[in-house]
Amino acid sequence: MGSNAAENHPISFKWVTEAMKQGAKLISVDPRFTRTSSKADFFTALRSGTDIAFLGGMIKYIIENNKYFKEYLTDYTNAAFILTDKFDFKDGLFSGYDPKARKYDKSMWEFERDEKGIPMKDSTLQNPRCVFQLLKKHFSRYDLDKVEQVTGTPKEDLLKVYEMYSATGQRGKAGTIMYAMGWTQHTVGVQNIRAMSIIQLLLGNMGVAGGGVNALRGESNVQGSTDHCILYHIWPGYLKNPTASQESLSDYNAKCTPKANDPLSANWWGNYPKYSVSLLKSFFGDKATKENDFGYSWLPKLDDGESYSWLDIFDEMYKGKFQGLFAWGMNPAGSSANANKARKALGTLDWLVNVNIFDNETGSFWKGPGMDPKKIKTEVFMLPCAVSVEKEGSVTNSGRWMQWRYKAADSPGDARPDGDIMTDLFKKVRYLYRHDKDAIFPEPILNLKWDYTTNGEFDSHKMAKEINGYFLKDVTINGKSFKKGDLVPSFAFLQSDGSTSSANWLYCNSYTNKGNMAARRKRETSGIGLNLEWAWCWPVNRRIIYNRASVDKYGNPWDTEHPVIKWNGTKWVGDVPDGGWPPMLNTDGTLNHKSKYPFIMKPEGYASVFGPGRADGPFPEHYEPLECPVEKNLFSSQLINPTAAIYNTDMDAYRTCDCRYPFVCSTYRVSEHWQSGVMTRWQPWLVEAQPQLFVEMSPELAELTGLKNGEKVIVESARGEVEAVALVTRRFRPFKIHGTVVHQIGLPWHFGWVHPKDGGDAANLLTPSTGDPNTRIPESKAFMANVRKI
Amino acid sequence: MKINRRQFFKFSVGTAAGVMALGLGMDLKPVKSYAQTLKIRYAKESTTICPYCGVGCGIIVHTSKGASGKVINTEGDPDHPINEGALCSKGAALSQLVNNENRLKTPLYRKPYSHAWQHVSWDWALYKIALNIKKSRDASFTAKNSKGQLVNRTNGIAHIGSAALDNEECWPLQAMMRALGLVYIEHQARI
Repeated sequence: MGSNAAENHPISFKWVTEAMKQGAKLISVDPRFTRTSSKADFFTALRSGTDIAFLGGMIKYIIENNKYFKEYLTDYTNAAFILTDKFDFKDGLFSGYDPKARKYDKSMWEFERDEKGIPMKDSTLQNPRCVFQLLKKHFSRYDLDKVEQVTGTPKEDLLKVYEMYSATGQRGKAGTIMYAMGWTQHTVGVQNIRAMSIIQLLLGNMGVAGGGVNALRGESNVQGSTDHCILYHIWPGYLKNPTASQESLSDYNAKCTPKANDPLSANWWGNYPKYSVSLLKSFFGDKATKENDFGYSWLPKLDDGESYSWLDIFDEMYKGKFQGLFAWGMNPAGSSANANKARKALGTLDWLVNVNIFDNETGSFWKGPGMDPKKIKTEVFMLPCAVSVEKEGSVTNSGRWMQWRYKAADSPGDARPDGDIMTDLFKKVRYLYRHDKDAIFPEPILNLKWDYTTNGEFDSHKMAKEINGYFLKDVTINGKSFKKGDLVPSFAFLQSDGSTSSANWLYCNSYTNKGNMAARRKRETSGIGLNLEWAWCWPVNRRIIYNRASVDKYGNPWDTEHPVIKWNGTKWVGDVPDGGWPPMLNTDGTLNHKSKYPFIMKPEGYASVFGPGRADGPFPEHYEPLECPVEKNLFSSQLINPTAAIYNTDMDAYRTCDCRYPFVCSTYRVSEHWQSGVMTRWQPWLVEAQPQLFVEMSPELAELTGLKNGEKVIVESARGEVEAVALVTRRFRPFKIHGTVVHQIGLPWHFGWVHPKDGGDAANLLTPSTGDPNTRIPESKAFMANVRKI
Repeated sequence: MKINRRQFFKFSVGTAAGVMALGLGMDLKPVKSYAQTLKIRYAKESTTICPYCGVGCGIIVHTSKGASGKVINTEGDPDHPINEGALCSKGAALSQLVNNENRLKTPLYRKPYSHAWQHVSWDWALYKIALNIKKSRDASFTAKNSKGQLVNRTNGIAHIGSAALDNEECWPLQAMMRALGLVYIEHQARI
């Protein structure tokens, strides 16, 4: 669900095929019969935007039919925790909702605690205020009839999927989910994934071989770029970007460091100050001292509670609030939801820097469709950069493997590696600030450590070592002595006193005195495919996180055939364990006080069936997409997510149950193109294979609209239109929703007006700029549209 | 002796290829074998990871040892545990990304209200961008927010990108933007 791996992550699907050869069953649930569906043991369709209804029905099925893995659920998740009576849920709203601010007061969703501050539990799971009972009650409303009416999936199919998947709840069995943008690009994106996470916890499928909730990432280094946090809300290593109310480093560390009262909780984030101070030492080197709070005030602060996300950037830009924009290796004129708004927004800028390999719709926006260059003031710089094989460095894949790539050739013409472009640009900026004696707040610019060059060229090895981190003086830690200048062997040695640096604590252990771990190339010859000596994986080369949940409390694997780790009496063998502590119980069944709970990143040490940190509620709940074909939500009187991010410029039109836009629409991808198509639309083989934009529709819809296979048609939404070739196919079938027939259409989003000619423009001209309240990822996967003759 | 196909070729180049092939009992078509040796004799081999999706497939790149120094072949890396030599349509076409006449080769500049690009030098372009950064930063720099709290940020510039960069480029890029005071910093992960 939520992905089409056979088409978009084809080599990942190679391993699905391998598993099927060994007896695994593949279930495909998608609005459209995809290439993945064609290989599945069972396929069924659902209407775009109804995944929580579908999965909510499964949660109900698992609980009511006793398919859950009780030992795992009780011992390793917060299912047994008891909630205070402030938590409530009525008619689509959790307690604490403020309708004016469209926000929740999350303090209403807290656990009962004992005098030591440890959450109260009922291991029998019978207490009516325990998470398990409240979960059961919450999803008791998701009966098959209602789910069928909402999703359009026939009851028999729902039951079939529920039965097949919940069979993985048995001890020793595993089930996994491969999801992608089909789940994230919704106003309920995070809760789609939460719903599946709850299922995986009910079935004991987290931390085990063949388990997990797998995000199929769409870019070669979107994992790494997220780890290094080119994102407004986080600093490298998922540290929080400080806010204005955190006036000093100690305020910031105090606010960000969770406390655990239970001595059995590892509470790994308790180490937060070691990571934040080591990061500041990498930012500012010798200039970061204890006296100046390690340069904390030099870095920009967010206003508390404000969002500075992608959708906000283009909203503010459209309103004329920016002078400059860097679009570095990006093409927002094609990739931004509501691309017409993004394209117009670009014209409000004084200057735009676009670094790319090929000409694209962003750099050339000023001469695009409907634009008059004579009226566009924006100064544009289009800078040519190297492709991946023309520079050296690493990328991190969906499985968190950091893999080293080598330089094979020089770039053509004057094209340059991005590392050199940023180094030279920053050098020039620094020159200007150094020579302006009235410069405004030059400290962060002049003090930023930037010694990552060799003979004037960017040196990725130097940067990789800084990312790992150094000892900055001679120290002895836990009986081990290190010299100033030694690389830190792992984040367990990082310090909060300024004696270590690490530009990203998660990557500490990736480049040590033993060498560049990401460059290792030794394959596993036996085992479950961990490949511990191939490349490197964060954290500390652990291949499966939360792997201590793959064993029982004695350290014996649930699945003895495919053990991830195993306690041999004195130590763990197999994968790098989630901490080296011994199993929870001694061989005589008594508690081992040296042990820790397996979910070490959670303050309490337990996985979150109840997730009180989310903006839209601690349990998932079905809400309709912002644009939907129904007037009512059958589960409550809240039609849409009451906390969804909504924007209000004249370019933000939303239309629900509007006869001008009667069809549910979704965007997707094809194997031959990539993202907005910048890199693939210029390649002859790939363009020959997939030359132009098409829109898929069912034969029933073609008949209804009088459209013929192969003819050029217009697809339009409240925000824009594109021309596409009609592709009439049984891959789409009409849905029966709330008793009436609802049609769905879909189109790939890789095309753009720059090239190839007659290839069609971006499908994102149709999508709405509204988003998930937690992530602000736009709702590109479920909106309303029309398709008609030209 | 356990030996895979690629190790075999590497091994056999240094010895007598045909004889060794028979000696190891491997069934190889002589023409294919000859083509493989050419790649190894006249090209430098390096490994890379596919630049498209996040699966992380290994690719072997052959670069001419001749004067051109160009990439002459790319193919799936059979030793790589993720793809074992297989690639999708995009990965298999990698050489067309590298050797592509449509690639941007010089910095381009578009003046305000102009209808055309002009070619400019790196030095000129980067200096002009640096001047723009300073002007916009100085004009929009906010030391304190409306509540009087210290924020030291640049509200007038935004940055997006990129998940296509190497880790070692992502880190200094966000560091540079944060040192400039930007808070509007985003990339592909958000969309």
